[in-house]
Amino acid sequence: MKIASLTSALLAGAFLAFPAMSAELRIGLNDDADVLDPAQSRTFVGRLVYTAMCDKLVDISQEMKIVPQLATEWAWSEGGNVLTMKIRDGVKFHDGEVLDAAAVVATIERNMTLPESRRKSELASVAKVEASGPLEVKFTLKSPDVTLLAQLSDRAGMIVSPKAAKELGANFGSKPVCAGPFKFVERIQQDRIVLEKFADYWDKDKILVDKITYLPIPDTTVKLANLRSGDLDIAERISASDAESVKNDPNLTYADVIGPGYMAMYANVANGERADNPLGKDKRLRQAFSLAIDREAISQIVYEGTAMAGNQPFPPSSPWFNKDLAVPARDIEKAKQLMKEAGYETLDIELQHANNTTQTQMMQVIQSMVAEAGFNVSLKATEFATLLSEQTAGNYQLSRSDWSGRIDPDGNLHQFVTCKGGINDVKYCNPEVDKLLDEARTSPDDAVRKEKYDAASVILADDMPIIYLGHQPYAYAISNKVEGFEPSPDGMMRLLGVSKK
Amino acid sequence: MPVYIGKRLLVAIPTLLIISIFVFSLQKLLPGDPILAMAGEERDPATIAFLREKYHLNDPVIVQYFSWIGGILVGDFGISLRTNQPVLELIGQKLPVTIQLAVMSMILALLIGIPAGILAAVYKNRAWDYIANIVALSGLSVPNFWLGIMLILLVSVNLGWLPASGYESIFVDPVRSIKTMIMPAFVLSTALAAQLMRHTRSAMLGVLSSDYIRTARAKGLSPREIILSHTFRNALLPIVTLSALLFGELLAGAVLTEQIFTIPGFGKLTVDAVFTRDYAVVQGIVMCTAIGFILMNLIADVLYVLLNPRLRATL
Amino acid sequence: MTVIEQTAPTIAKSREKSRAWRKMCANRGSIVGMVIILFFAILAIAAPILPIPDPVATSWSAIRKAPSAAHWMGTDDLGRDILSRMIWGARASLMAGVISVAIAVAIGVPFGLLSGYFGGWVDQVIQRVTEALLAMPFLITAIALAAFLGPSLTNAMIAIGLSAMPIFVRLTRGQVLAVKTEDYVEGARSVGLGHVDIMTRYILPNVFAPIIVQATLTVATAIIAEASLSFLGLGQQAPAPSWGSMLNVAKNFLSQAPWMAMWPGAAIFLVVIGFNLLGDGLRDALDPREN
Repeated sequence: MKIASLTSALLAGAFLAFPAMSAELRIGLNDDADVLDPAQSRTFVGRLVYTAMCDKLVDISQEMKIVPQLATEWAWSEGGNVLTMKIRDGVKFHDGEVLDAAAVVATIERNMTLPESRRKSELASVAKVEASGPLEVKFTLKSPDVTLLAQLSDRAGMIVSPKAAKELGANFGSKPVCAGPFKFVERIQQDRIVLEKFADYWDKDKILVDKITYLPIPDTTVKLANLRSGDLDIAERISASDAESVKNDPNLTYADVIGPGYMAMYANVANGERADNPLGKDKRLRQAFSLAIDREAISQIVYEGTAMAGNQPFPPSSPWFNKDLAVPARDIEKAKQLMKEAGYETLDIELQHANNTTQTQMMQVIQSMVAEAGFNVSLKATEFATLLSEQTAGNYQLSRSDWSGRIDPDGNLHQFVTCKGGINDVKYCNPEVDKLLDEARTSPDDAVRKEKYDAASVILADDMPIIYLGHQPYAYAISNKVEGFEPSPDGMMRLLGVSKK
Repeated sequence: MPVYIGKRLLVAIPTLLIISIFVFSLQKLLPGDPILAMAGEERDPATIAFLREKYHLNDPVIVQYFSWIGGILVGDFGISLRTNQPVLELIGQKLPVTIQLAVMSMILALLIGIPAGILAAVYKNRAWDYIANIVALSGLSVPNFWLGIMLILLVSVNLGWLPASGYESIFVDPVRSIKTMIMPAFVLSTALAAQLMRHTRSAMLGVLSSDYIRTARAKGLSPREIILSHTFRNALLPIVTLSALLFGELLAGAVLTEQIFTIPGFGKLTVDAVFTRDYAVVQGIVMCTAIGFILMNLIADVLYVLLNPRLRATL
Repeated sequence: MTVIEQTAPTIAKSREKSRAWRKMCANRGSIVGMVIILFFAILAIAAPILPIPDPVATSWSAIRKAPSAAHWMGTDDLGRDILSRMIWGARASLMAGVISVAIAVAIGVPFGLLSGYFGGWVDQVIQRVTEALLAMPFLITAIALAAFLGPSLTNAMIAIGLSAMPIFVRLTRGQVLAVKTEDYVEGARSVGLGHVDIMTRYILPNVFAPIIVQATLTVATAIIAEASLSFLGLGQQAPAPSWGSMLNVAKNFLSQAPWMAMWPGAAIFLVVIGFNLLGDGLRDALDPREN
């Protein structure tokens, strides 16, 4: 009797589960991914796809904490020079190969040595990685670097099948083999990326859909129309102007979360000849410019209130935000006064920005706001590739670009404002800031680190080489047929536990 | 005939050489550095140096040009900076999509343009003629991308009749394929249909007023027979050549249409490649389009000769 | 391309002109076309003195408002008056159409003249280059050129002008070839006139009619091309308005503010109809075959 009811329960369960298992989840992406090789990838959208395809050593929780994924536990040595990780037992790659310490070492070494690898700077602090047991990996560092864990929670920590990596080399992206819940099926450029359920996944009970199709659709109206007609189940990064209509649609759900990145304007303070201008030379003018901006209004006008106003590299919602430096309210009088102190009634400024409609709209809002303080801003729209080369070459006065954000606070600050920072395009250099940010890297104690970042942010808010504007949301529109989807604060789409009716 | 074709192909060589120089110099002229965008958000200097080396961007321009031309001669158009795929493979992936779009709009244009032209010619200076002319003028004048936007708004957003975007191969799911493609195909066909209508009309008028139609009328043939078997057949000649010529125009017109309807075709590839400075892809696309254009012209001329018995004799 | 056999020497010109004018005026289509063009041209010229709001004045309290008594065509994503932007945008669009065609004519016609008049290797070189340019799709060339020159209205005009230029080389050359062997040209040559004189005084005036027709029709194409480039963000730069860039912004707000997309598109449509009608009318009027 007992056995019979158990069997029938199992059978019923199997039958009930069956329709759900045949489900296909269709996801509308904002743009197309680049090469599908974690070592070579560089786009945000690529990371979205990896989240379903490639498991990492460690993951990020909803609370932005580092949690186990392929590594079950880890420990720092005394002095912070060695990181030892225990690898999960019984994990298989999509090609059936076993994921062990050797595979982890091979992947990390590949990331560090493959000529095409874009992970080198992320792993720059690693001197040596070795297998200290069949399921134990030891990272030896050149100098203490607590940010390594955060790096291993992203592409640098995605473990790929050594066999496939060896066979395909730099062409790994044509047929990626990882150890995530979904495996690669096919990809057609600018059209689709198809993944299917990986039956041997270590946590396979949580996989509730059979197939995922990612479709790059940049146009927001088209994306929503497809969602409404049922051709899509989830649309990521929908435009803020659509938030309202999604909320009003009984068949759709709206969800958003503030990301770890920021929106900012970079003032050329010391990068080449063009830094030789009043705005680059006098911090009072930069402060005046910043004070003339109504950050809250920008969030309302351009992002329908879904963005968060901000004045630091971390959003006010982040534990790293310096609460003593509140987001300033707009103060035209003070801006004018600062202008006067600097000796200007009006000032002409050229502002370069990426050539897309949201940026253009936002820059026009700022142009019209700062005009009241006496700034005559002329806008210069360029394609992204040009924007970057102009910014690197110092051929700009004020340049607007975004940073997608890193989990560790170091990633949002160190490389931008330290004298030798890799992407310090403003060429800001202040030994005091360097010292604070270098020290913050080495301490495993968050309270100590926070102190350093707070101190640095006070100096930066005064010198203002970078004018922070706010923090973008990751907004999703989700069909009501989808259950269990929750936006993650790092903007990734975690699809374990997500099902479709 | 083979001699004629051979001669034409020979003349095309200097033309293609000029295009190749023009297109290659674009790489030097376009501002911006794709490598910076490719090196990742951190823009690691070692990665940048490696990528420049890998794509031979450090070589002298002349060397780059000749290795590129050499590659083309053996069918190698280089590798996309952005996706790492061979350019030819990329084009091979996209072209069928655009060709399907072009063929569908060609069919639509023929279905609309030719009957409208015949109607207009037969009812010259009467209501039907005026209506056909006004519609044709509108078709010629309406900006494609605006028509596309308005149709998405009306048909997809408000009425929900057709999907607003997407692409399905006609071989995989024909119904869905046609459903997703019909709206963009219509948008693309408007100008074509208009031109076809005008040419059909004037060709028909030319034939209708000719002597042998008068003879046919005098013989007592019914108007229907006259129009279909005599007039239309003779008017077909310029229409066929025009269609071949316009096909090239269609491929170009697909650029914006694909952008609006996010169709993963040739035109979208082009725009994306220009914007992301994917040199190899831009160069490959322009070369391929130019070759295609020259071939279509040749086909149009050959068809013209073949369909025209009097000219055939001269060759 | 319609090849028009222009046989009349220059002496008969003025009479012919007035006849063509009369024919034009008898053509309802071309009248309608002229009226449309004039309407937009007057609006464009009068924009600074019309009692309309500043086209770049933003208003945070009037964002994306539907058409009303205060804003006849509604407001855009920054609360700017769309009617005012439409009128100022007409300046950009018309200017872009006319100037880019002027560039195309100014470069294309002389080359066509040289090519047709001298023949030989001059002709060969010019023809090969023209063929090469013609073999590249118009819009793709324009996009590449505009990207190279950097996004701005001026650069868009240059890009469109250069892309449209080969048509005029072709057309002029064909016309010159047809006229070159006419008696009056032979006559001028036998009197010992120089090449420049013959080209400018005898050939050019007699090949100009089809060029004008083509130019008028190309203005229509150029206006659409400018709108297309602006639509891709390569034309008129913010905050200055042009119809194409207004559409570019509008496509993000289609379901919330459809009026933002309606007006600029309709205006482009109308103006292009105007130029097409005028061009067709001109062609009929200047076509001697229908006399």
